[in-house]
Amino acid sequence: MSGYVKTAREMGLVSCTRCTKVWPAGTETCGRCGKKLVSRDRKSLQRVWAWWLVGVMCYIPANLYPMLVTRTLFTTEQSTIIGGAVELLTHGAVGVSLIILFASVAIPVGKFIAIAYLAISVQRRSAASYETRQITYEVVEYIGRWSMIDIFVVAILSSLVQLNTIAAIQPGIASLFFALSVVFTMLSAQSFDTRLIWDVQGAAKGEAGNG
Amino acid sequence: MDARLPPTPRDDPIVCPHCDAVYTLKRPSAGQRAVCARCHTPLITPRKKAGLQIIAVSLAVVVLVIAATVFPFLTIKAAGVQNSVSILDAALAFSDGWLIVLSLSTAALIIFVPLLRVLLSLYVLIPVVLDRMPAKGSRQAFRLAEALRPWSMAEIFAIGCAVALVKITDLADVSFGPAFWMFSALVVLVVAQDSFMCRWSVWKSLEGLRK
Repeated sequence: MSGYVKTAREMGLVSCTRCTKVWPAGTETCGRCGKKLVSRDRKSLQRVWAWWLVGVMCYIPANLYPMLVTRTLFTTEQSTIIGGAVELLTHGAVGVSLIILFASVAIPVGKFIAIAYLAISVQRRSAASYETRQITYEVVEYIGRWSMIDIFVVAILSSLVQLNTIAAIQPGIASLFFALSVVFTMLSAQSFDTRLIWDVQGAAKGEAGNG
Repeated sequence: MDARLPPTPRDDPIVCPHCDAVYTLKRPSAGQRAVCARCHTPLITPRKKAGLQIIAVSLAVVVLVIAATVFPFLTIKAAGVQNSVSILDAALAFSDGWLIVLSLSTAALIIFVPLLRVLLSLYVLIPVVLDRMPAKGSRQAFRLAEALRPWSMAEIFAIGCAVALVKITDLADVSFGPAFWMFSALVVLVVAQDSFMCRWSVWKSLEGLRK
């Protein structure tokens, strides 16, 4: 670490989080890109929790309802996310089923936990490693979009496997809930103001310096 | 309307949008990167001839998106029955009832948003590269392009194809249409276009617009 870093707020400045232009504190909108300027987004956590909650709520029906409806010559089969993976497992396709469980269960649940952890750590003014939390945030933000892969797989399968009587795959209602859950989780992560993580460090160092 | 003087921006400091750390601005030379010492967020990432490269790549993307959408994408064969689909078919797979919402958003995420982002960046960058005044509405255009960044999911769709193929190769023969290869090239270009762009430099060049 390169010693004590001054923040814009301490220097009486406010920066635009979109175009990074620097303005004197109290400026309301960025004159370059037009974004509303706030030194710290106080309402950020409210929005994070609101989107987070809707995201979690959508994730429940996404797991209860069928994701895919597979119709073959004699049978019609409805499979949920976990059901489908377990079925693949019993057929011996261990690799694919583990990938599905990882992508559709471990990653979404991990994201919910990570966002909740970040929000709570900021609310409690935790001094847990700032770098780790910043990286956690970046990973969550980066991975968030990739959960849509499930929806795209369903889209490809159900448009491609339309072979008259032999086999046909239809999307189930869970795909809609899953997509909504991904979108809401992305919005939740985007609402988080990461500067709040680092403020505690500034405060702690400031006290150490004074006392 | 407002009698107060507009606030004057500060040009010498640069502030990290993620952790609010302040640094004295020193433009890195082409190929180098300025990175926040505290949270490691890249701040300025200039490249030689980046503008020209981005424009070239963008034009290629526009052509490829249109072609990849129309031509057949994947063909499936099983027991004498054959089915070819285009990307548009895949996007529109969710056709009944509520799932139509999902169809429209899938089409948007994999075709229209990437296309729109490319067109917007062409609109913004062409005058800048030609050393002209930025086009009218450039800032709004670049703002929109940046806001849409997380929602452009062409590369995720491409990986989704790979997963879907693994799932059905046991069931049926799958072969690639011309659009599959166009789409693969497209994904590489979209990612390249994104990594060439230095946001700080673009905003800087749009500064001369007002006044």
